[in-house]
Amino acid sequence: MSDFFAWLNAQFLRMDWLSDLVAMVIENGFGLDIETRLGGSVHFFIYDVIKIFILLSVLIFSISYVQSYFPPERTRKILGNHKGIAANTMAALLGTLTPFCSCSSIPLFIGFTSAGLPLGVTFSFLISSPLVDLASVILLASIFNWWIALAYVFLGLVLAILGGTLIGKMNLTDQVESFVLQSPIQNGLEEKELSRVERLSFSLTQVTDVVNRVWIYIFIGVGIGAAIHNWIPQNMIAALLGENNWWSVLVATLAGIPMYADIFGTLPIAEALVQKNVGLGTALAFMMAVTALSLPSMIMLKRVVKMRLLTIFFCIVTGGIILIGYIFNYFAVFLT
Amino acid sequence: MNIKILGSGCKKCLSLEGNVSSAAEKLGLSIEIEKITDPVAIASFGIMSTPGLVINDKLVSYGKVLTVNEVTKVLQ
Repeated sequence: MSDFFAWLNAQFLRMDWLSDLVAMVIENGFGLDIETRLGGSVHFFIYDVIKIFILLSVLIFSISYVQSYFPPERTRKILGNHKGIAANTMAALLGTLTPFCSCSSIPLFIGFTSAGLPLGVTFSFLISSPLVDLASVILLASIFNWWIALAYVFLGLVLAILGGTLIGKMNLTDQVESFVLQSPIQNGLEEKELSRVERLSFSLTQVTDVVNRVWIYIFIGVGIGAAIHNWIPQNMIAALLGENNWWSVLVATLAGIPMYADIFGTLPIAEALVQKNVGLGTALAFMMAVTALSLPSMIMLKRVVKMRLLTIFFCIVTGGIILIGYIFNYFAVFLT
Repeated sequence: MNIKILGSGCKKCLSLEGNVSSAAEKLGLSIEIEKITDPVAIASFGIMSTPGLVINDKLVSYGKVLTVNEVTKVLQ
């Protein structure tokens, strides 16, 4: 039975058939040996791009269907019914259902805050939303394995819950720009239930929308992954990010912060790093830093909160990611 | 008639704009479309999901692309 699951996993998630197919086309069609450097990079690039696009489309479609039940207005209502750590937990969980887009964070922040949701709860949502994406769980399982995927989600949620709770405890409401609190609240212009057809068409639009928005990041990400995979010498990567250096997680996190990409673009980079013997925690910390913190999202947030709150948010998330990186590196032996 | 389309420039906002134009044309109305792309300005209408449609400073829909028929109905 477990053999059967391993086979399912290899064929449907890891898409071994696709890897073999691409290898065949490259070797027979172009006469390029995939054991060579060039052949290997071409194989990595083509296989990864096709795999990610297939998984992305299927995943966004199914997740958007679930998500159509949780528009922000309903999320806000649900969160308003909870208190304390339960509210932070709900916020982190519902954050995993929202699609990645730094442009939607401002309206969400204003909408949540002006409706009187505690600041900490809003931040739990804002941290979890880009960091943990339901689609990324399946992709992580595809590239690594289920244990790593689940551990990633669990630690990401813990970071969102604790980070939000901490911000909530600090009484920082005076750090929110005053116009935010005076914004009007629209509560369900028409609380009409969507039909199944409407949900399906919503999911389809989401797929084209997301693919349109992220394809460039995927190409860049896989390109960098392919470069790491075959062109950058192992000892150079080991010297910078190797498992034996205590500073690896630190370097990976700080390098990832200013970058702006979504989780689908960063996964192939993490994949290539791990194949080059970079610690799992180091690769995942890099991924988390790229997705959770970025220059554009900081600039966006700066418009609605004051510098002190922004700095606190930044420090908590950075610290959390570094901690998660070390935890992963320490426990990696049990997960692989 | 002043119409505002709220949205950061995504595809959905463009299709909403197109639907509004064709609906207005069908009804023979003269309208002026204003695009609000700034997230803070969008949020000042109290909405969290785009695209939003504002007719003469009144919010009529958000979070979905109205079809030409639906726009025709609200324009009348």
